[in-house]
Amino acid sequence: MLNRTAENVARATPEPLARKVRGISDKGLAWLFISPTILLLLAINIFPLFWAIYLSFTNYRANRPNEVVKNLGFANYQRILGDQDIWIAMQTTAHFVFWTILLQTLIGFTLAWLIDRKFRGHAFWTTLILVPMMLSPAVVGNFWRFLYEPQIGLFSYVISFVSGIPPTDIQMLSNVSLAPWSIIIVDTWMWTPYVMLICLAGLRSIPEYIYEAAEVDRASNWRQFWSITLPMALPFIMLAVLFRGIENFKMFDMVNLLTGGGPGSTTEVASITLKRQAFESWRTGYSSAFAIILFVAVFGLANIYVKALNKVKQR
Amino acid sequence: MKSSLKLALGLASAISASAAVSNAAHAEDLTLCWAAWDPANALVELSKDFTKQTGIGMKFEFVPWTNYADRFLNELNSHGKLCDLIIGDSQWIGGAAENGHYVKLNDFFDKEKISMDDFVPATVVGYSEWPKNTPNYWALPAMGDVVGWTYRKDWFSKPELQKEFKEKYGWDLGPPTTFDQLKQIAEFFQKRQIDGKTVYGASIYTERGSEGITMGAMDVLYSYGFQYENPKKPYEMEGFVNSDKAVKGLEFYKALYDCCTPPGASNSYMGEGVDAFKSGQVAMHMNFTFTWPGLQKDENVGGDKIGYFVNPKGPDGDQFAQLGGQGISVVSYSDKQEAALKYIKWFANKDVQAKWWSLGGYSCLNAVVKDPKFPASQPYAQAFLDSMAIVKDFWAEPSYAPLLQASQKRFHDYVVAGQGTAKEALDGLVKDWTQIFQDDGKI
Repeated sequence: MLNRTAENVARATPEPLARKVRGISDKGLAWLFISPTILLLLAINIFPLFWAIYLSFTNYRANRPNEVVKNLGFANYQRILGDQDIWIAMQTTAHFVFWTILLQTLIGFTLAWLIDRKFRGHAFWTTLILVPMMLSPAVVGNFWRFLYEPQIGLFSYVISFVSGIPPTDIQMLSNVSLAPWSIIIVDTWMWTPYVMLICLAGLRSIPEYIYEAAEVDRASNWRQFWSITLPMALPFIMLAVLFRGIENFKMFDMVNLLTGGGPGSTTEVASITLKRQAFESWRTGYSSAFAIILFVAVFGLANIYVKALNKVKQR
Repeated sequence: MKSSLKLALGLASAISASAAVSNAAHAEDLTLCWAAWDPANALVELSKDFTKQTGIGMKFEFVPWTNYADRFLNELNSHGKLCDLIIGDSQWIGGAAENGHYVKLNDFFDKEKISMDDFVPATVVGYSEWPKNTPNYWALPAMGDVVGWTYRKDWFSKPELQKEFKEKYGWDLGPPTTFDQLKQIAEFFQKRQIDGKTVYGASIYTERGSEGITMGAMDVLYSYGFQYENPKKPYEMEGFVNSDKAVKGLEFYKALYDCCTPPGASNSYMGEGVDAFKSGQVAMHMNFTFTWPGLQKDENVGGDKIGYFVNPKGPDGDQFAQLGGQGISVVSYSDKQEAALKYIKWFANKDVQAKWWSLGGYSCLNAVVKDPKFPASQPYAQAFLDSMAIVKDFWAEPSYAPLLQASQKRFHDYVVAGQGTAKEALDGLVKDWTQIFQDDGKI
């Protein structure tokens, strides 16, 4: 049947085209098929990357196209690495990445472990838990801003009900100490289901017979968890941490919608600083250098992490 | 088959012909770019007269204030042809002139006998001139605007509140004339129960992302003695930006924020201010005057319930207000510059300007604002006129964006986040601004 179809296709191919195709090797044909993708990647990924590297050594400003572009050498890099505000933004980013990953991993894994018990209605609960992840960050940011509103926000009223503090005194987005946590809470609420999903895949991949063998050996539930569940799910947990780490390192939307980097610069993560330098101050060369530094940092850390992940997988 | 082919060809020709006719009819349509706000709606209404008179259609590209600068500066920087006419912010004028984004209008004004002497002087300097105070015009003053205040006249006139206020502060409750008085009123109303609702003292600008807190803080700092530079030596800022008087002004702004704003008002600008006033949360409200026509018409807080006052005086009696507003310019990348200039000529006409004011726009033409009937034409007209007489504006240098970013950060860090002192904030601002001007080769 398949041969007949191929014969029909071959017969239907116009002779001049058939002659040309007959002259192309398998390798040539492979290149022919992937070349549009490669060209697209070159145009929208590789070229901009090299262009940004070039710009990072100049004083170029996108809002002054008529000005002479000067080569500054490493001056932009030196200035960034010596800028205290940049280091504060990096610390804010690190704080944000650490706490979101910690909370999302702990809660996500716990939820996955519970869902994996396969209790009655677990499919319904799984779907319900996944809902926040399916929402647009713009929607999430806006409605959490209302939830945090001290005068009308539900969040403030719930906290007030529990703690007895007047709701108008619970200023999640205005208070210097609370504002970073307000973003961590929203990000955790939104992305824990994602971590849960990956962990659940890990838990479901553990063969049942291993637990049966452990039961025969009279291993306790606690022992089974530490010796079977956790080690075998670890590569999946690490993968979830990697994905969330990269995402949160470049987090922009939620911070921008909830606090805009404020109060003051309390929640100004690196991506907000970068956006301000690039598209508000129009320091294109400077911001390109900053973007390259961030890229190298994420790329380097991710590489080290992937090596560690591979080692865990090989154990 | 043949008849089907003929029918298809006939239809195709008809569609092409109608498209060609329609293209010809719209070939001269102009696109005007501005912010999405109430005055823009008034301009749409006004521009219908232009289309009637000239046959030139008008299209509009309005962008919300939060994205206004990003969107249109990107458009200008990329030499885009989207906008034939642009009503650009006053601080853009330096960059737009030096980078060739706007068409210089001097020759056109001379040819059409449009005199800048016919416009309110502050608006000519603020919206049209670059370099400042030189007769080089890049825009026609289009929309006068300035920061002023509204207050709840109905609350201020409650006899029991008037009595209590007089006993507490020793003077009659009314629109404040000094910033000290303004703070006393704000403290008086803060967390007070009025008509069964908790209300607050004042809504002020605290926004971090674009220009909010700078516009608000400067509105106070000017009257306290802040100066951008040494009047005798341009770009010398030490002792002017961070003078003792300026420090006192910034301390006052923080004190006002701490004592008398609604809870959570840490990122508040024009929209949030209007919301706070309209929802009956605040007794006083700092905002650009463009918001006044809308508030006047509001069913809950407008009419007899609202009053207007000019930015109060500082401790030494100085009185200034932050300039807002924009001029209208012809984009140099437009292919329809001739038609765009026709629009500017039409817009400069006295009758058009009078109608502009009546529709809710703020005319800058002397013939309109100096008309004896003008102060009584709207309840807010006199406050607007008085405010326009005392304006000062932020830097309009080509580097205005980084200059603004620096002040946004320094002011928000101190006023809202409570980090450091006012002196440290202003010293830091001198450092930042000096660096920016050094990078520009100006010092």
